[in-house]
Amino acid sequence: MSTLKFHYKVDKTDFTRAGEASSDVKGKLKKMGCDPEVVRKVAIAMYEGEINMVIHADGGVIDVEISPEDITLVLKDKGPGIADIDKAMQEGYSTASENVRSLGFGAGMGLPNMKKYSDEMKIETELGVGTTVTMVIHNT
Amino acid sequence: MEDTFENSVKLDSDLCKGCINCIKRCPTQAIRVRNGKAHIIKPFCIDCGECIRVCPHHAKKADYDPVEAMDRFKYKVALPAPSFYGQFNNLDDVNIVLRALKMMGFDDVYEVSAAAELVSEISRKYVAEHPEQRPFISTACPSVIKLIRVRFPNLIEHLLPVNAPVDIAAKQARAKAMKDTGLPSEDIGVIFISPCPAKVTAVRSPLTADSSDIDAVIAIKEVYTRILPLMKQTSDQTEEISQSGKIGISWGASGGEAGGLLTDSFLAADGIENVINVLEDLEDQKISHLDFIELNACSGGCVGGVLQVENPYVAKSKLKKLRKYMPVARSRLDEVKVENAYWQNGIEYMPVFSLGADFMESMEKMGQADEILERLPGLDCGSCGAPTCKALAEDIVRGVAKEKDCVHLLREYIHKMASDLKGI
Repeated sequence: MSTLKFHYKVDKTDFTRAGEASSDVKGKLKKMGCDPEVVRKVAIAMYEGEINMVIHADGGVIDVEISPEDITLVLKDKGPGIADIDKAMQEGYSTASENVRSLGFGAGMGLPNMKKYSDEMKIETELGVGTTVTMVIHNT
Repeated sequence: MEDTFENSVKLDSDLCKGCINCIKRCPTQAIRVRNGKAHIIKPFCIDCGECIRVCPHHAKKADYDPVEAMDRFKYKVALPAPSFYGQFNNLDDVNIVLRALKMMGFDDVYEVSAAAELVSEISRKYVAEHPEQRPFISTACPSVIKLIRVRFPNLIEHLLPVNAPVDIAAKQARAKAMKDTGLPSEDIGVIFISPCPAKVTAVRSPLTADSSDIDAVIAIKEVYTRILPLMKQTSDQTEEISQSGKIGISWGASGGEAGGLLTDSFLAADGIENVINVLEDLEDQKISHLDFIELNACSGGCVGGVLQVENPYVAKSKLKKLRKYMPVARSRLDEVKVENAYWQNGIEYMPVFSLGADFMESMEKMGQADEILERLPGLDCGSCGAPTCKALAEDIVRGVAKEKDCVHLLREYIHKMASDLKGI
């Protein structure tokens, strides 16, 4: 076997369950004896992505592929799309609602943190159609 | 440093009925029922005492020294834990407890709460001088250290590398006893009166030092019954023994250690499940704005230890009342010299939950475990002896269990066999 694949559905606007998928992947990687630094990067990057899906896109699906070389996370949603990727990548820029901010989210660090903790990141987005974020973390 | 995986929970096989109470309650899934009896997987156990608390048959016992262990020594010093003072009704003077300990046979008493005040001062300094290590995680609870060592490698760097109050107390007490008596070290017995069995393991196999200065660990519940009658006889005594104040006494309950740091930037979580949730969030960097994270495996803090007598929350309120008119602190670093306040050895990650020897093998086994899990009923009934279907699947790929340990799969198999036989 060269890779392991896991599929997760992320439920919309249920903050109490947001983070379940990244938590599961974190547990799995630890049981594989994965390097702690790699586990940390995957857990943080994936959790940020998961929260983004809940806040902005009414949920979505995450596909995780684990190989001895890389951990690839593909987060796919049918949300509103990102109007200005450059702006979205700026630290502190946020379009989150007041409601979301009052819960302590929406600090404008989601995408910047995803970029920071992944080794490769690609965003495909179309307004009104949805967004797919692909992150690769090298499994060194 | 002895790096074996020791624990201080012992099983009384005659009393164990092989029920599922302990396997379901264990926070690290360290217990399996095999051949009708509970077995602890030592590397997984963090000595939290949950299984002792939950066993309805009292088959799980804490392993500690008998009170008579003190008789081995010419000169005996008692180290009462701060939480000990919360066990007594209407106690308004700690000295009554300390005098009673002397009547019980101890030659001297060194309060752990006094050392705790020194640890608070040392910690304040360390936290201020090492901002890069924030948020700091408390290390006085041995179960928390053990948990982080096997499950949270990324948090090891945040552990506060200051020795626990009881370890500092033991060092100070031994030095004082040798000076007072002129006796050699081996004639002096430094005896800890402990709220929890985790401290027993911490003394026998220290994680952050080569050896411990504590000679024996005895249970609060055993000392309690012995000193109650003696406390009534101390009314004519006036000896002032206590060396601790509010800060030291407060260490006995959750929030006390954090309080001693004199900062508002902290959280204090107690109860092992709550502790695990906080550690998960810390690891995901969901908590980054705090300076200090106080964690205690027992509900309520040390007052919730399994060797205590009183309800943890009642004990906590008693401590609160007791400390009300005390001075803030009575033991200070400018009056007491403390050597070796910091850890001698660091903590190293022990990936005991890995499924295989390396990543490739573990990955393969993870895949197999997932396939097996699909076939299991997902009831998490515990009848196989593992706490969940997932745990059984992992046991199977580790080679220590088999699919037919699942009673539901076994039943299906027998039904199938029966109908196959009918067809012949």
